[in-house]
Order: sequence, then C-alpha cells, then structure tokens
Amino acid sequence: MLTLRDFLVRGLLAGLIAGIAAFFVAYAVGEPPVAASIAIEEAAGGHDHGDEAEEAAAAADEGTEVPRPVQSTVGLATGMLVLGTALGGATGLLTGAAMGRLFSRTNVRATALAVNGVAFVTLFFVPYLIYPPNPPAVGNGETIGYRTALYFAMVALSIAGAAIALALARNLRHQIGSWYAGLAGVATYVVIAVAALGVMPRYDEVPAEGFPPSLLWEFRLSSLLVQIVLWGVIGVVLAELSHRAVAQKAAPRPTQLIDA
Amino acid sequence: MSQAIAGPAPIAVELPTLSLREAWPWALFGLILMLLAVYFVGAEQGATSLISGNAVHEWVHDARHLLGFPCH
Ligand SMILES: [Zn+2]
Repeated sequence: MLTLRDFLVRGLLAGLIAGIAAFFVAYAVGEPPVAASIAIEEAAGGHDHGDEAEEAAAAADEGTEVPRPVQSTVGLATGMLVLGTALGGATGLLTGAAMGRLFSRTNVRATALAVNGVAFVTLFFVPYLIYPPNPPAVGNGETIGYRTALYFAMVALSIAGAAIALALARNLRHQIGSWYAGLAGVATYVVIAVAALGVMPRYDEVPAEGFPPSLLWEFRLSSLLVQIVLWGVIGVVLAELSHRAVAQKAAPRPTQLIDA
Repeated sequence: MSQAIAGPAPIAVELPTLSLREAWPWALFGLILMLLAVYFVGAEQGATSLISGNAVHEWVHDARHLLGFPCH
C-alpha cells in the first residue's frame, strides 16, 4: 500500500544524491571564489580579534577552530548532504501529498518535478533576487542578526505567497479549467513576490572598493548553479523513484483503498 | 491527456491520492526535524546560538555561503 512514508523515504534518498551532486559542483565551481574572497579578507586584516567574547560567533573570524582545508572539503560536504537530504525529505512529503491533487492527475513524475520547481523558485530564487548570497569578506559581522531575520522573513513571505497561489489555483480549477487556473496561480504568486520584493528593506554591504566585482559575480553565479543542481537532481530522482513506487505499489489495484 | 478511449490505452490512469488525515502528525514531526537541519546548516552560531563556540558555524561555513544563507 502506497503511503506518505514511501514518498518521505524516496525524497530523503533523492536529497542525499542531490547533496552529493551539489557538493561536487560547489567544490569545483564555488570553492575557487570562496578561497579568493578569504585571501582578500585576510589581506585586508579582516580579523577583529578585539571583539567582545560573546560576539565571537558573529565575528568575521575564519578558520579558528576548523582548519580551512577541512571547511572546504568535509565541512562543505556535510552542509550539502544535510541540507540536500532535509530538502529532499520535505519535497518527498509534499510530492506525496500533492499526488493526484495538484499539477497532474495522471503523471506523478510531472507532480514531483513541479513541486521541486516551485520549491526552487519559492525557497531560493525569489529570496536570491533581493538578498543575494555574499562571499566571505563581504558583509558586516555586526548586522548578521538583522540580515538573517530579513532573509528568513523573505523566505516565509515567499512560502505564504506560493501557498495562497496554489490554493487559489486548485479552487479555480473546476470553474475555469486547469490551464487558466494555473496561470491565475502563477500571476498571484508573482504579484505577492513582487510586492514583498518592493516592501522588504534592502542592504548592500559590498565594499565600495577592495573587492573585485568579477569575483562577486563569480561567487553569486556559482551559488545559483549549486542551487539549480540541488533542486534539479532532487526533482529528477524523486520523479523517477515516485513513478516506480506508484507503478509497483498502486497500479495493480483496480480501486484505491486507503487503509493504514 | 484525454486520449484514453482510443485503442490499447496507455497508462493514463488517475493517480491515487494519499490520505493525509492519519499521516499528518509524523509528517509534521519530520518537517520539524528537516527545519532543524536547515537551521544548523544555515544559521546556527550566526544570528543565534544553541551550542556555544564557533565549531558548527565553521564546519558548515562554505556550504552556508554557497547555499545563499547570510553568514558573516
Ligand atoms: Zn562566512
């Protein structure tokens, strides 16, 4: 019997695989600009050793406890695998919940890809438009609390917008058909996202000089690439695993019985 | 996708829907665990600290930057 748990397990697996892929991309494409940024940071004497002890966590202190060669390999891999697995599990659950209800009534692959596409745009891409990632050496350690709060607030607004848009599209489906309901949903999300992007406060902590613009671009592009690979791999692997699960566990039954 | 009438119809079967009623408590629990994982990779020992020191922050430091979380 197909349950939500089947989708959770497949999502976690897809996320683990995606985390591995994201690690390789991050290591190959992201680490060079990170290393170059840290070199600039250290050349500029970015270490504020006189900071208050409590603020140590927020201070721009690199490599005091964990050596840089560990941060850029095992550390990077840990972050990518943990985040990938967590996001994969979440989209696995969402795909299971959405199956037969949202995006497609007949094709679970389409549902899985759509869930991951929506998650990429909602969780990463729209927040990226207003709060793009910064490399080491860019950013004032004293504003980390403010910037973190803004970032997660933007993610929350984006999730709320997507939830409203999906609910609206689902309710309109019977009246105007799937296509127009889908367009109405996209339009709703765009309006909410643009409003949030317009209202949320902005900041720019890129130093006026001393940090090469091309390096900033390289870092931000590599970050985008990491996320595209992460969500793309989760989407494709989850689509395939979900399809196989449905084919194995659900298709032979002429009528669907939902029991425990 | 409404060509299910003609010939040996390909598998255009309607998908089953999964009951969410009995599944939601542990699905919620799972989502909370996943949020915790995102928190540890994305924010711990930055804006807020559950564990003292700087080791978690430094361990996941490069992933945090490259995944787009505010770091420092
Ligand atoms: Zn950092």
